[in-house]
Amino acid sequence: MNTTEHILIVFGVLFVLLNIAAGLIWVERRLLALWQDRLGPNRAGPLGIFIVLADTLKLFFKEDWVPPFADKWVFITAPAIVVASVLMSFVIIPFAPGIVVADLNIGIIFFLAMSSLGVYSIVLGGWASNNKYALLGALRGASQMIAYEVFMGLSLMGVVMLSGSFNLGEIVAAQKNLWFVVTQPVGFVVFLIAGIAETHRLPFDIPEAESELIAGYHAEYSGMKFGMFFIGEYLGVTLISAMIVTLFFGGWLGPAFLPPLVWFVIKLFFFIGLFILLRASLPRPRYDQLISYGWKILLPLVLLNVLVTGAIALYLRG
Amino acid sequence: MLSHLRTMWLVFLHLFHKKETIEYPEEKAPLHPRYRGRIVLTTDPDGGERCVGCYLCAVACPVDCIALQATEDEEGRRYPEFFRINFSRCIFCGYCEDACPTYAIQLIPDFEMAEYNRQNLVFEKEDLLINSQGKYPGYNFYRVAGLEAGVKKKGEGVNEEPPVDVHSLLP
Repeated sequence: MNTTEHILIVFGVLFVLLNIAAGLIWVERRLLALWQDRLGPNRAGPLGIFIVLADTLKLFFKEDWVPPFADKWVFITAPAIVVASVLMSFVIIPFAPGIVVADLNIGIIFFLAMSSLGVYSIVLGGWASNNKYALLGALRGASQMIAYEVFMGLSLMGVVMLSGSFNLGEIVAAQKNLWFVVTQPVGFVVFLIAGIAETHRLPFDIPEAESELIAGYHAEYSGMKFGMFFIGEYLGVTLISAMIVTLFFGGWLGPAFLPPLVWFVIKLFFFIGLFILLRASLPRPRYDQLISYGWKILLPLVLLNVLVTGAIALYLRG
Repeated sequence: MLSHLRTMWLVFLHLFHKKETIEYPEEKAPLHPRYRGRIVLTTDPDGGERCVGCYLCAVACPVDCIALQATEDEEGRRYPEFFRINFSRCIFCGYCEDACPTYAIQLIPDFEMAEYNRQNLVFEKEDLLINSQGKYPGYNFYRVAGLEAGVKKKGEGVNEEPPVDVHSLLP
């Protein structure tokens, strides 16, 4: 791959991702509305798609305010971290054969590292806001992240064992005959749950739980700083969906009548829709329920999954 | 866990349900005949105004948005010299309609009276007066009761008996 092509891929991926993240504002509002028997924003532009433009402009023209009691520089840095760390994770995702920013041979580990970095934005944002609700949100975010990071990584070990590689391109290639969702159903379900918790989407949005903590860690944020958290969340949804597609649903693989990239995008949007459906249908669990659910049920389950997968893999090999 | 999946499925099915949204400017919500909207002054079947300037509506109004000045015509019949409703204050409670003894002031099912200029929400008598009898067609106050004002003689009103000639009662 020559340099020009590579730069094109980098900027192309960046451009498309930011547009998807912004476009999800509209997708989510329309879908939520349809599932609540409403129509949602349908006035500005065809099917109301320009609501994205209106929302973005609105965020830009909001007063960009740093509270006098806040820790200024940390307060400003925190929203950038979430976007940066999520965008970094996209580096390893193979969108189609050849369309990948960095074909790392430690892909999954890089993803886990970057998604763990994302929690810093919550903790720092909540801490720097110097507001008790923001701090409580940050506290919850941190413990939720610690609890769910553990088996998020472990749930992927089954896939790694079966494919024998941390490289996402090779993992996709290993699903040529059978998607890993068939051989690793437990891993898939646990990764999905951990992924929802990772992106703090409903029903696991307890760091920002608006009915309990106003807006949690971003209670003090306004303008484009809040917009960064907002975009970061949608990027996170896209990232987890892309990871699910890559790891369990055969990535770009699909019948030949459509190009690989199109298959990837179709699967991606299916899972983004699933995320929005989860938000539309499920209530938020209590905080202690979430944590005990994670440690007491999901962790043993995923350990068992690793054990059984390992045993079967060993048995099949010889 | 199964109930969660069932919930998600049932919510998903709402995609195909009929939507509750009424797309307002194109499609209007049905308003009931007794909806309390814009206030009008109605006229009687002969085309005269019903309002007799009794001030009861102005007194009943909880937000004091009605102002009027009564005066008399050459037949001694009262009518409002001016009648002013400040709709930026009006809360559309309908007390004025209840208080009105002549069915003159009525609330009609129309709420589309937004203005860019607040001053335009002050409606004068010519804005309020409509050429209609409103909810009480055929009703003419002066034919039922009231001063003799060139409409009917005493005892000729609807359901009215002729006045007793007191002189005939003498022993």
